[in-house]
Amino acid sequence: MLQHLFGFKGGVKPQTNKAPSVQQPIGQAPLPARLYVPLHQSIGGSPNPLVEAGEQILKGQLIGGADGWMSAAVHAPTSGTVLAIEKHVAAHPSGLPTLTVVIAPDGRDEWITRTPLDYRSLAPERVREALRDAGVVGLGGAVFPSHAKLTAASSVAVEQLVINGAECEPFMTCDDLLMRERAEEIVRGSAIFRELLAARRVLIGIEDNKPEAVAAMQAAVQRLGEDHEVVAVPTRYPAGGAKQLIRVLTGKEVPASKRSTDLGVQCFNVATAYTAYRALAYGEPVISRIVTLTGNVLQPRNWEVRLGTPLRDLVALGQPKADTNKYLMGGPMMGFEIPDLAAPVIKATNCVIAGSPTLFPPSPPEMPCIRCGACAEVCPHELQPFELYWFARARNFGKTQEYHLFDCIECGCCSYVCPSHIPLVQYFRFAKSEIWSREREKQAAEAAKARFELRNARAEREQAEKAERLARAAAARSSERKPASAAASPPVAVAESGVASAVASEPAIASPPIDADALKKATIVAAMERARAQRAAVQPRNTEQLTFQQQREIAAIEARRANLQAESSPDEVNRPQRAAE
Amino acid sequence: MMLFSTPPYVLGQGSVRRVMLQVLIGLLPGIAAYIWLLGASIVLQLLMATVAALAGEALMLWLRGKPQGLFLSDGSAVVTAWLIALAFPPLAPWWLIVGGTLFAIVVAKHLYGGLGQNPFNPAMTAFAVCIVSFPALMSQWPALGLKLNLAEQLRLIAGLIPRVDVMSGATPLDALKTALKLGEGAVDVPTLLATQEVFGNFAGRGWEWVSVGYLVGGLWLWQKKIIGWQAPLGFLGSLFMLAAALWVWSPQQFANPLFHLFSGGTMLGAFFIVTDPVSGSTTSRGKLIFGFAAGVLAYLIRVFGGYPDGIAFAVLLMNLCVPLIDMYTQPPIFGMKNER
Repeated sequence: MLQHLFGFKGGVKPQTNKAPSVQQPIGQAPLPARLYVPLHQSIGGSPNPLVEAGEQILKGQLIGGADGWMSAAVHAPTSGTVLAIEKHVAAHPSGLPTLTVVIAPDGRDEWITRTPLDYRSLAPERVREALRDAGVVGLGGAVFPSHAKLTAASSVAVEQLVINGAECEPFMTCDDLLMRERAEEIVRGSAIFRELLAARRVLIGIEDNKPEAVAAMQAAVQRLGEDHEVVAVPTRYPAGGAKQLIRVLTGKEVPASKRSTDLGVQCFNVATAYTAYRALAYGEPVISRIVTLTGNVLQPRNWEVRLGTPLRDLVALGQPKADTNKYLMGGPMMGFEIPDLAAPVIKATNCVIAGSPTLFPPSPPEMPCIRCGACAEVCPHELQPFELYWFARARNFGKTQEYHLFDCIECGCCSYVCPSHIPLVQYFRFAKSEIWSREREKQAAEAAKARFELRNARAEREQAEKAERLARAAAARSSERKPASAAASPPVAVAESGVASAVASEPAIASPPIDADALKKATIVAAMERARAQRAAVQPRNTEQLTFQQQREIAAIEARRANLQAESSPDEVNRPQRAAE
Repeated sequence: MMLFSTPPYVLGQGSVRRVMLQVLIGLLPGIAAYIWLLGASIVLQLLMATVAALAGEALMLWLRGKPQGLFLSDGSAVVTAWLIALAFPPLAPWWLIVGGTLFAIVVAKHLYGGLGQNPFNPAMTAFAVCIVSFPALMSQWPALGLKLNLAEQLRLIAGLIPRVDVMSGATPLDALKTALKLGEGAVDVPTLLATQEVFGNFAGRGWEWVSVGYLVGGLWLWQKKIIGWQAPLGFLGSLFMLAAALWVWSPQQFANPLFHLFSGGTMLGAFFIVTDPVSGSTTSRGKLIFGFAAGVLAYLIRVFGGYPDGIAFAVLLMNLCVPLIDMYTQPPIFGMKNER
């Protein structure tokens, strides 16, 4: 099919190193002795554990319920016994522990009753819920809950649905093999997404270094009589970034400030479409995924691995060579070094690469920036990385934002080409996290200030009220006593004794003007807080291409921010009311 | 606490040393033409400048407590040294080259913070300082009729032979300007270019081929993506247009644009000076503006000013404007091209 391609600026062409891991078909990884299933495997709320230690569970049983709309459920990858629900090291660069369900498999691998959903007759809302409860999230590595991306913008119809099979990261071949072997299911899943979004066209983008996958997908589309367009896109990292692929296939550029649906386009990974179809058509929740195991191993291959399988068990399947000194999760451009092989495979684990000093030589020493602009030339978001670097280094964070720091997708192209070997992306991450933490502090300070002002206003109003009452009482007294004695006793004493009666007789005194002002201010602050909270709840961020750990950091920050607001906003909303009572 | 490496785990082939090495290679065609024209004495000048630059660099690195091996081998000091040697008069006394190079490295580079930090082009700073301090020596170029052998040249550089005016002439640019001034309207440019021995086929006799050498090396650097097209095109374009406009207006008083393109430091400046990433503009439009304005200034200074050539001052003046140019020429980013 003829399709005009648009291309994107920048990008690099690192060695792809994909050939070794596509020689064999996808293998079924054996059942490990223990499974460690983290509850929090996606962006958004951390699922609540629904099982207890000692409980017998079946394969596919819900073990973590989605926490709110922006969350996704977690299921048991096999049948067996829950040994514990405890903190276990996470597949995260920090290696920090996270709440994990530890399962001892019974070896029977016995499914729950799987109930296929007749998704065609269900309301779209029900289908989205079903996807959430089946734990369907973006399997390209971003693990963003898919159901939350399946709503069109209110004012813009979805023109194109982009299915991302580009897989631009070197070494990684899990999507390639999935497309080769399970193309039909991907196409069917795409059709479901298309229906939910009412998308006019479906464009499946695959980098042209995967001719087998392109052919398999084309054949599947034809067999199923769909009109999806399978498009081979030029191989250039990061063509598989959602925004880059959207640009290449549709010419649309989604800035950080907008949702792709605002521009009438949405993007999903092929593996996500696959799992969505399995979930709806077979009632199988997401309990495994395809993981590329490659690099410095004797047996590079793609494996279908149960979530929760310790990385150590997975890595052993590949027989790492003796000089292996590190393991990466994800690709070499955006992935991270696994701090502990006890960490389990999670939904974000698309690739595990064994590294050696020859495969990934240590970075040469960092030199000063010579402003050569090589980074700006390769930046797919057309930023000026060296300017961002100067500002980040100088902790001039306002300027970094002015130069669009948050449009950076951290693809690593700038670091890749830098002749001075400056780890630019690290500087940008540093700047981003500094800005986030400052934002938090600022919000806390603002909330505290609002509370303080409100308290002051109330104190002032109470004082004014008191003074007025005193004055009124004094006036009443003096007018009563006028005929009796013009030279009355000192007014203070009179006033004090008159307080109670004054309050009782005139309960509805109009508030003094100063109070009205403060009240108005407080109400505005509260309304703004509410609006912000609402916006935060609705708006997706520029987080779709971020790695899992970044997404999680963001999610954690959001959660803390929400807590902060929850703490402060009731005060702000209620206090004026209480004061008015 | 274990420290883990950070992505990306694969890196490209680029390095500062590689960039600088390629710039040096880009200078070779020009140097070859230079040797053909004047003999091997330029090699001595290049060597002296290189040694002075590395010595100055080593001293400053030591004083600043920076790693010697890493920075001495980055090649940036050698590039500065070569540019100085090529921009200075070929038979200038040794102390002029050495002093100029030390000034470039110590003051113009390291006192501002070293590699990547200097706001002014070090080679051009040295040139400007020397031409202001030693105008006579900096304007003495070997007269072409004068055939000195290498030994004589070396003795001249070493200061063992007294400098007599007979030995030296002026650059073609200077010669033209002086002749016009002396003639006071009685002479015209076409006649001068056709009759005087200092002028060759299209610019200065002999020197025009050195310029061609720089052009070749510069185009190679552009093809290797070490330099962009914007700054050279802006520079050559504005110089050409200004020269052409005045030439069309009064061919009797102004030399043709081709003469200007291949005279003085035009080609060296276009491909090796205004393209300096550290002291130049960084955005695409900024590079064009930087080159364009430098070309205009260079022409005005070399034709109407008091110095034989104007490139050094033009570049230094534009170096001053770089932060402003960069600020106002930030390109629109991905997804924001239709927003203002």
